[in-house]
Formats: sequence, C-alpha cells, structure tokens
Amino acid sequence: MRETVLGIGTAALILGASQAAHAGMFNPETFTLENGMKVVVIPNRRAPVVSHWVWYNVGSADSPLGQSGIAHFLEHLMFKGTDTIPPGEFSRRIARNGGNDNAFTSNDFTAYFQNIARDRLEMVMEMEADRMTNLRLRDEDVLPERDVVLEERSQRVDNDPGARLGEALDNAQFMHHPYRLPIIGWRHEMAQYDREKALAFYRDHYAPNNAVLIVAGDVDAAELRPLAERIYGSIPPRDLPPRTRVQEPPQEAARRVTLSDPRVRQPSMSRSYLAPSYSAGDTAQAYPLQVLAEVLGGGGTSRLYRELVVNQQLAVGVGAFYRPTALDLSSFRVYATPRPGVDLEAVEAAVDAEIRKVLAEGVTEDEVARARKRMSAASVYARDSLGTAARTLGTALTTGRTVEDVEAWPDRIRAVTAEQVNAAAKAVLVAGHSVTGLLLPSAPSEGASAQPEGEAPQTPPIGDRDQS
Amino acid sequence: MRPVAPFLAACFMAAVMTTTLKPEQALAAEGGSADVEVVRTPGGLEAYLIHAPAVPFLSMAFDFEGGGALDPEGKEGLAYMVSGLLDEGAGDLDSEAFRTELEDRSIRLSFDATKDGFAGSLKTLTEERGRAFELLRLAVTQPRFDEEPVGRIRSQILSSLDRQLEDPQYVASESWFATAFQGHPYARTTQGTPASIEAITVDDMRGFVGRRLAQGNLRIGVAGDITAAELAPLLDATFGALPEEAAPVEVANVEPMPGGTTVIRKNLPQSVVMFGHGAVARHDPDYYAAYVANYILGGGGFSSRLMEEIREKRGLAYSVYSYLYPLDHASLWIGGTGTENARVSQSIEILRREVARMAAGEVTQEELDNAKTYLTGSFPLRLTSNDEIARMLVGMQTAKLGPNFLKERNGFIEAVDLDDLKRVAERVFSADRLHVVVVGNPPDLEG
Repeated sequence: MRETVLGIGTAALILGASQAAHAGMFNPETFTLENGMKVVVIPNRRAPVVSHWVWYNVGSADSPLGQSGIAHFLEHLMFKGTDTIPPGEFSRRIARNGGNDNAFTSNDFTAYFQNIARDRLEMVMEMEADRMTNLRLRDEDVLPERDVVLEERSQRVDNDPGARLGEALDNAQFMHHPYRLPIIGWRHEMAQYDREKALAFYRDHYAPNNAVLIVAGDVDAAELRPLAERIYGSIPPRDLPPRTRVQEPPQEAARRVTLSDPRVRQPSMSRSYLAPSYSAGDTAQAYPLQVLAEVLGGGGTSRLYRELVVNQQLAVGVGAFYRPTALDLSSFRVYATPRPGVDLEAVEAAVDAEIRKVLAEGVTEDEVARARKRMSAASVYARDSLGTAARTLGTALTTGRTVEDVEAWPDRIRAVTAEQVNAAAKAVLVAGHSVTGLLLPSAPSEGASAQPEGEAPQTPPIGDRDQS
Repeated sequence: MRPVAPFLAACFMAAVMTTTLKPEQALAAEGGSADVEVVRTPGGLEAYLIHAPAVPFLSMAFDFEGGGALDPEGKEGLAYMVSGLLDEGAGDLDSEAFRTELEDRSIRLSFDATKDGFAGSLKTLTEERGRAFELLRLAVTQPRFDEEPVGRIRSQILSSLDRQLEDPQYVASESWFATAFQGHPYARTTQGTPASIEAITVDDMRGFVGRRLAQGNLRIGVAGDITAAELAPLLDATFGALPEEAAPVEVANVEPMPGGTTVIRKNLPQSVVMFGHGAVARHDPDYYAAYVANYILGGGGFSSRLMEEIREKRGLAYSVYSYLYPLDHASLWIGGTGTENARVSQSIEILRREVARMAAGEVTQEELDNAKTYLTGSFPLRLTSNDEIARMLVGMQTAKLGPNFLKERNGFIEAVDLDDLKRVAERVFSADRLHVVVVGNPPDLEG
C-alpha cells in the first residue's frame, strides 16, 4: 500500500541462476554461432524445466516512418504460421507439450519465449528457428490481428487517461528521436497496417545475426551448443539494414503537457528529465542515477516520501523512476499524487523544492550507502527466478551491453559515491531538459468526447496466460 | 493496495492475462518432486516448508482465516486498512523507525486483505532472519496505529478508491460481486467506500487485530534457505503470543444470483466485460473435471475456445480469460474481456454460445487429452520462485489439500475422463445463469 517505485531495483536487476550460494552473480556461459547469433546459457538445476528465449535487436524505435508500432504488430503475427505450422498452432503445440509461451515488444527489442520441460527444448528451438525464416501470412489472419492490436491499444491506452498522458509525455520528452512514438503505435497508423508492411519489416530484421538466444534452466552450454549449432546455426545470416535512428537535438525549453478528463478524479503530476542510459549520453552516470532514484523515491524512507507524504502531508504517493537500459537516451522521472483536497500546484512546488535541495546541498554519503546496500540485496532476491535472469540478460544484450556488464552490476552499484550521485543530479535535473505532465479532472461537458479510463498500469505487464 | 505510478512505459505482450482477483491458480502453482515438510512447533503451530538453500534468503507467506467479508456494516475496508498499517510502527518503533529498519535490512514485509482472509508475506536475507521475524512479531502483536500513519494510510486508500471508481476493470468487478451477492457480505467491497474508510477508527482496527489474528486460524508456508529445525523456534517466538483462537467466522454459504446483464454507462472507447456464475467448491469431487473444462473453454490462454472465437478468428478483443474462483463460502466461475463499444454485444453473444456449447457437453477426447498434457506438464514450471512456492503452500492448507498435494495433483487431472468432463460441464456451465456486467458505452445493450 506504499507507493512502490518500479524499475530501479527491478529494471536494473541482475539475476541469475540460483545454483551456487556464493555471493557472485550467476556465471552464464556464452558463445556465438558461425552465422553471428549470440547464445547465452544460464544453468539452473532447481527444476527439470527450461526457459527458452529469442531476442531480436529490433523494436518500436526501428519502425519505418508512418508505421509506428509495426514491430509490435509483427510480434503478434509471428504466431500466425509458417510453411509447416498452421496459424495459431504454435502456441497450441507448446501448450500440448505442457509449456507456456508469449512475446513482448519494447523500444529496442522484441522477445519471444517458451517455458517448458527440459526434454522439449529441442522441439521449441526447432519451432522458433522455423518462424525466424519461414513466416507465412494470409490476409485472413493479418486483418483480425490488426483489430486485436487496436483493442489492445484501447485496453492499455485509450481507456486510461494516465496512459494517454504518458504518451504525450514521451512525445514531448523526445522531440525528434523515435522513442517519442508509442510502442503500440498511433491508432491512425495502426489502422493502415497490412500484410506487406509486416512482411517487409520481418524480412529486414529477422535473421540469426540480429538475434540472441538465451536459455535458462536445466541445461548447460555443453548440452545446448550442438542443438544450437544444428538448429539455429544452419540459418544463413542476412544483410541487415543499418540501424540509423535520428538523434535528439539539444533540449533547452522546459515543456508542460496537461490532460484534463472528466474521468480523472485523482490528479497527479509527473516530471521527466532527458537522461543518459548505459549506452548513450554520459554513460558513467547510469549507475549514480539509479542510486539517485533510490535515494529520492525508493520507498517509505526516501526523501520524497518522508518529506511530501509524511512530514508535509501533501501527497499520498510519490516516486522516482530511472531505467538505464536503452540503446539511446533515457529519462529520469519523479511523480506525485496529491492528498485529497491538496492542490496539484502545492505538490509540484514541493517536488521542485526537493529537487532544488538535492542540487544545492547534495545527497549524503550515508543516504548513498543505505541505497547501495538495499540495491545489492535486491539482486539476491532476483536470483531466485528463471525468467528474470533471461529477461535481464536479453534486455542488456539488445541495448548495447555485455554479459560482463550485467555480472558486474552489484559491484558497480556498490562503488557509487555521493559525489558521483550529486554530479549526475546536476547534469540531469535541468529544467530545460524536462517535461512536466499534469493529469487533471475536468467537468464533463456536453459533447466532450473524452476517451477515458481510470488507472495507470502498475507494472510492465506480465503475460501470464497460464491458468493452472 | 499500492497506489501506482502514473505514466510508466511498459512492454507490450502478445497476450496478457488480466487478473483482477486472486484465483485458485495461486495454489495450484508448483509441482515437481519438491518435498513438503510439515513443521510442527513445540508451541503447537504448523507450517509447510520447502527447504531450498540455493539462494541465501527465504519467503514466508501466511494467512489468517477471516477477511473483508467480516467487516462490520458501515466499516467496509476495515481488514484492508489494517493491512496497510501493521507495517507502519509496532512496539517501541514508530513508523519511521520501523520502515527504516525494514528497508535498511532489505526485509520485505507486507499484509493484504481478501474477502476470506488476512494475508501477509515476509521475505528476508538469511543474514537478517532473526530480526525479520522479530519485526513481524511486533507487527502482529503490538501494532501502534499512531495518528500520523493512520491519517496517511487513510488518505492513500481514499485516493486510490477515487482512482479506482473510474477504472472500468475495478468497477466491473465490484459491480459483478455487488449484484451477484446482493444482501451477502461478499457483495461488499473489501477495499471499502469513501464513507466507510472515513468511519474506521483506531479502536475498530485494534478490535480487528484482537479478534482475527490468532494461532488457531493461521496457515504458514515457507520456502527458501531455512531448515525445519531453524524455523520452528522462530515461528513460536513470532506467533506464540497471539491468542489461541480467533473469533468464529460467521459468513453464510451462498450461491451467486443467476442471469442478467448490467450495463454501467461510462464514456469509454472500449467496453469492459465481466461475466460468471456459480461453479463447484474446491473440495467437490467434480472440481478437477470443472478445472479441465474451464481450461478448454477460457482458461487456456491462446488455446482456449473463447480466445479462438473472440480474439483469433474475429479480432474482437485483446484479452479474454476465465477461471474457477472457489471462495470459502461460494464457488464461482468468472472471466472477462474487453471490446470496442460497437462490437461488444458480438463478443457477449459468442461468449454465451460457447458457454452453452460447453454446457451441452460438447467436448472431445482430443480437447481433453490436450488439456491434460498442458495442465500436468506445466505444473512444475512454476517451481522456480520462493515467493510463489510459499504462497502455494499456504493455499494448500487453506483448501485442506494436505502436504502431498504437489505429488498427487497431476493424478487428479489424469483421472478425469471424457464422461466426467461432459457430466461436469453440464452440471457447472450454463448460458442462462451467466451474469454479465458491461462497463462502457455499448449502443445496442441495455440492462
């Protein structure tokens, strides 16, 4: 019931196979196939199951102009059949074999996974390799799926004022770079998707030399390598288009976006600052910024919570959020929801005062030490789950990082000093690089066609379709 | 019970199972060959344990029988509000001192209230184990309910209610229960109403703690880096000071109201639908056949009939799902979907048709076989996290499944034959009894 801050300990997590109780990371094994496909194996013998993933180095930010969201649409169409597997049969076959599967799309990557008994690993590898090259699409499958993603957009975005403001915020934060586009796409462009556009995107980007294979669970590299070489290694590499994205110009004007909707009963504010990531901008700040987010908004003893929620009693919820994993620039965000009866202006002023205080006086060594300790502990908890290991490594390898980077995360967090945090705060918390988003109620009026909904999604979605 | 961060970007998935309630799947989670130890403490407590020493931490889940359904009239949300305050100061530690210690030691402690129970979870690194259990002891035996945290948590709940009253999923779910269980405690909201949350006093909360937190109605599940010998004294030290017995749970058994469509007008582009009717109790011999039938009808993700007909063939929805939801005093089959206003009646029509087809016993051996291979094969897949295992060990006790359930469960599924499946499908499913709630602006639906 406390505001949880998502993404700091979670997005940045390292995790690993929970086999050895030594305090290090999980020591994944890696190799590269002759066609350029990277392979990562994370042995975890806890149960006779494997989590098998293929990650493609392509995401929503690689969509052609006018085709926003096409990467996500293709992700849906990847379940629509190949020369040998009829439409819809992919997931049914996984299920008949006692497995779960799903897929998801982000700015920089698209990932497909199956969780299944270890003796079915070869089967899922064959199926995944098959749809890497043999996708067959018919209009009778593509067109209903276009309606599906439009319904998905309604469910996630259009029914939800908070999510609609979020789109406006991203769009203002990135003035030029394609991160300004929604991952799911703009509705008017989604309505124009067709078979040819999807296939063109597929042919451009789906190739073994643009993919990473990750297997976590009851298997090791010695067992996996021959399978990987035979199944994926036999697929010829393709020439890939250069991954050229337009880059963000210098930002100097603070922006504000405001959404008023009769269905908003609970106003809220969010402030986003353009920030470096692990891979772009002043990348040395990526670790200090994670610690800064923890000190500012990482739970019930963070600065924002103690000050705005407990001491001044202005807010019911506050937080800070920074995601360091991106191929290009990222953002550092703080948000606050006022107590019933408190003006949003007062809350925003209090947020600003806390930010000024950090810039003027800095965070203390003690605060940083506490944050570092909490964050390292989170990495222990993260080692408990199969999926988290694969997800963390996949995200890293598709956003410009290495396995070594992931392995070194706890050490690098433990090395962060207050001085570094303060330097990063000064570099990033700059008004001219910011967007302030305000979600406001409005009196319903005749003919106001608010497209409404109530509640921001709590976390990145978990595609748990498994009902047993 | 956590206010959520607005505007967080998320990944988009091919399919998402929306869960608005915590169904039984939580307890049918883990499988495989893990050995469940029944830990009986010198003080007379009992816990289920799976010892998993690979990573140096443990997860404990626990549940006191009796939750929001017992909230007094006009004090709805009492159990829920208590769940937000037990970790906000206890013993000599005020809220700030208590929270600081939890966070600095990376101890994750939280409480939650459901209709039937008051649940908690504790997660701690092995090195902080002793203090973690000590803080839990303080939370359940000496909560402070100081003025500042009480005011703060109250305002957080009010704020979150405010937001939820415009969340179509929440509105659909609450409306479904309100209409299906009219006049019964299950009709009332666990999270309270603005008026009832305002009315709750510290005395009410102390009364709840005194009546409900006891040893006799407590179920405990532990997974991770701890042995039975280490756990037993910790449990006695933590819960031993609680009263022997809780007050009796006085909630009548009830059948949900059959039939009817309720439309709640909201200016939304997509209508949100919740549907359901009565089903079978968890301990009913037909439960597993019903479970298999639900998998085929709506529980099987991409493989279910509802998904095939509503999403795959016609593109009417992104998400459509259903599950068995056995409460302590009622048994439900419920589900949900969402379709643009202009076409939502088509989704509901297909839903009714598919429910009727299942109710007529139209199911094949091949569907049964496929359901079995999935349900039995996927059972061990979730034996991969201490949190889930601990929750499931509690669920096994709540449902009185016994410590060998993990080994027995696939046998129960395998034992379902086609005659059982047809008979139980006819018994459980009914298009006529289907109670549907629509939140949105459908042009061609009234109710």
